[in-house]
Amino acid sequence: MPVETVFETTIKRVSILDEHGRFDEELGADLIPDADLIKLYSHLVTCRHFDEIAFKLQRSGRMGTYPENRGQEATSLGAAYALRKTDWLVPCYRENAGLFWHGLPMEYVLLHWMGDERGNEIPDGVNVTPLAIPIGTQMLHAAGLAWSHKYRGDDTIACTFFGDGATSEGDFHEAMNFSANLELPVLFFCQNNSWAISVPTRIQCSAPTIAQRGVGYGMECIQVDGNDLFAVVKVVRDAAERARTTNKPTFIEAITYRLGDHTTADDARRYRDQEEVEMWELRDPLIRLRNHLDAKGLWDETRQAALLEQAEAHVVDVVKNAEEIEPLPATDMFAHMYKDMPAGLEEQARAMRTCSLGRLPGETIDQAAT
Amino acid sequence: MANLTLVQAINLALIQEMERDDRVLILGEDVGLNGGVFRVTEGLHKRFGADRVVDSPLAESGIIGASIGLAMGGLRPIPEIQFEGFLGPAYDQLCTHAARMRTRTRGALTVPLTVRVPVGGGIHAPELHSDSPEAIYTHIPGIKVVMPSSPYDAKGLLVSAIRDPDPVIFFEPKRIYRAFREEVPEDEYTIPIGEARIVREGDELTMVSWGASVIQCMNAIESSGRDIELIDLRSISPIDMARIATSVQKTGRAVVVHEAPMTCGVGAEIATRIMEECFLHLEAPVQRVTGFDCTMPYYKLELDYLPDAARIEQAVADVFAY
Repeated sequence: MPVETVFETTIKRVSILDEHGRFDEELGADLIPDADLIKLYSHLVTCRHFDEIAFKLQRSGRMGTYPENRGQEATSLGAAYALRKTDWLVPCYRENAGLFWHGLPMEYVLLHWMGDERGNEIPDGVNVTPLAIPIGTQMLHAAGLAWSHKYRGDDTIACTFFGDGATSEGDFHEAMNFSANLELPVLFFCQNNSWAISVPTRIQCSAPTIAQRGVGYGMECIQVDGNDLFAVVKVVRDAAERARTTNKPTFIEAITYRLGDHTTADDARRYRDQEEVEMWELRDPLIRLRNHLDAKGLWDETRQAALLEQAEAHVVDVVKNAEEIEPLPATDMFAHMYKDMPAGLEEQARAMRTCSLGRLPGETIDQAAT
Repeated sequence: MANLTLVQAINLALIQEMERDDRVLILGEDVGLNGGVFRVTEGLHKRFGADRVVDSPLAESGIIGASIGLAMGGLRPIPEIQFEGFLGPAYDQLCTHAARMRTRTRGALTVPLTVRVPVGGGIHAPELHSDSPEAIYTHIPGIKVVMPSSPYDAKGLLVSAIRDPDPVIFFEPKRIYRAFREEVPEDEYTIPIGEARIVREGDELTMVSWGASVIQCMNAIESSGRDIELIDLRSISPIDMARIATSVQKTGRAVVVHEAPMTCGVGAEIATRIMEECFLHLEAPVQRVTGFDCTMPYYKLELDYLPDAARIEQAVADVFAY
């Protein structure tokens, strides 16, 4: 036979709690205990409130540019819930819900967007890397982190998050290739939220799914409804198990939507239709989960009111912690450049000037400045 | 004590550091079975196994990006980039992440990696195998840049680089990989990063150089008949300005020699600092003998591009004639 098929594949999509409230008992029955479900829903509500307050802080001039997370919170939270606390989360910058669940204090994210590196000073024992501003470079760090654990012989894994736009970046492909070929226990979690600022997914990827990009690397690939917390937990749990037991990476494409603008510096009305946004508002993961809890008799308006009150009080404290942190001395910018500060840098730090005139022969810049 | 080439000295340093610390691992293109295209990692794959001497996919950004993750995970990776001309794809990971991780996390995450890169011209290699990009990385805060000019220094500096808590680019001047041998102790020793070496003392002129150019400087000094002090910078970032200033205050004259293009080269920084620190001591303007502000030519013209003893000697004569 001169022409034959040498390879064929299919891409599967997982959905457990769909947008109409239908729940797949077979896949979803024992996935998340009710007590955890309530915790997860409460966390989502708190994170949504945090998001609204962060937006207002920017609008009122109390914080710099901020990327709203609204609409895609279930993706990172589902992943963080399905992973162990010792696993690494290697995020982009729209994964607040997952990072907070994994142990990152909420004020850290505010500090980051307030222009303060203390927001990246991840506490010991919290295995997350700081928010990554350049697009699509952090997946390689996840590959290396996962590798470091494989090297040591423990079964800790790394899960890295990025958007559909990031899958156009070269480092994404290098990270996928490294992880598949060197057998590194990494989960590549693509949050396909339809938009990379103003550029739609079709300009990033001509294939019918982004998930199938993993096929080219010989990697397990799966698509999941990213606004379905149950489905995200299911696919991440399966992928994590595979990574832990075989060191094989998995590529996950979660279909979700960025309900807000790209950041507070963006105006999405310039490039997308309101009808599209309204359609996705109906698929909001919070609404879906709330309806599910209601249907199971686990939730009601009284509990909702109490939760909102609690979330508001908590976020008030978070904002207070971020805003009332002690000011940094200007010399702080020098303090962590190197473990041991080189002499020339130390001189600049002490003098806070770079000019050499005004000093006597033999004096250093800083001696002249004092 | 053994009489070793620069390649052998680096190989020895790698073996000893890998034996001393099991967090040290090597990754890169052809570093494993093949022992590296210059044979710098010869024998290491057999000795330490495929888990510690890793043939990686052919992707420079990937090699450095993965190394950053390994380093953040507590290991001491030594990635090799096969030639300096291929550092470009890794620039993003080096400067966007490796250089900034400590300061942006205030020390919560650090990147103790040593990037080994053969550097410079003079071996009749194809294009992008002969460049000298050290100034580019010297301009980036958060990365250290070193370049030895002798087997002894290569071993001691590499050990320091591997043990350094911050990212270090270890440039290996390929022109002198096997040019000469030197006594290199088996015993452990380190050469601190940030300390220049006085290769030769002198009272009349200070010559500052690094890498393979140091050999050209020695040749020029011998034939000049002048009493010249030669400083091998060894560490380009951080720079040992105190040693240079002390010397120029004594000699009153300075010539800086490097292979890289002149404009905004490291020589420009050294000349400025000499002007600031030694203004009243200077008998003549500081001179730079460097590569031209051209793309490194194909190898038919590379010896016309690279500073050689004749060009250096001419600069010395000009300074004395000033």
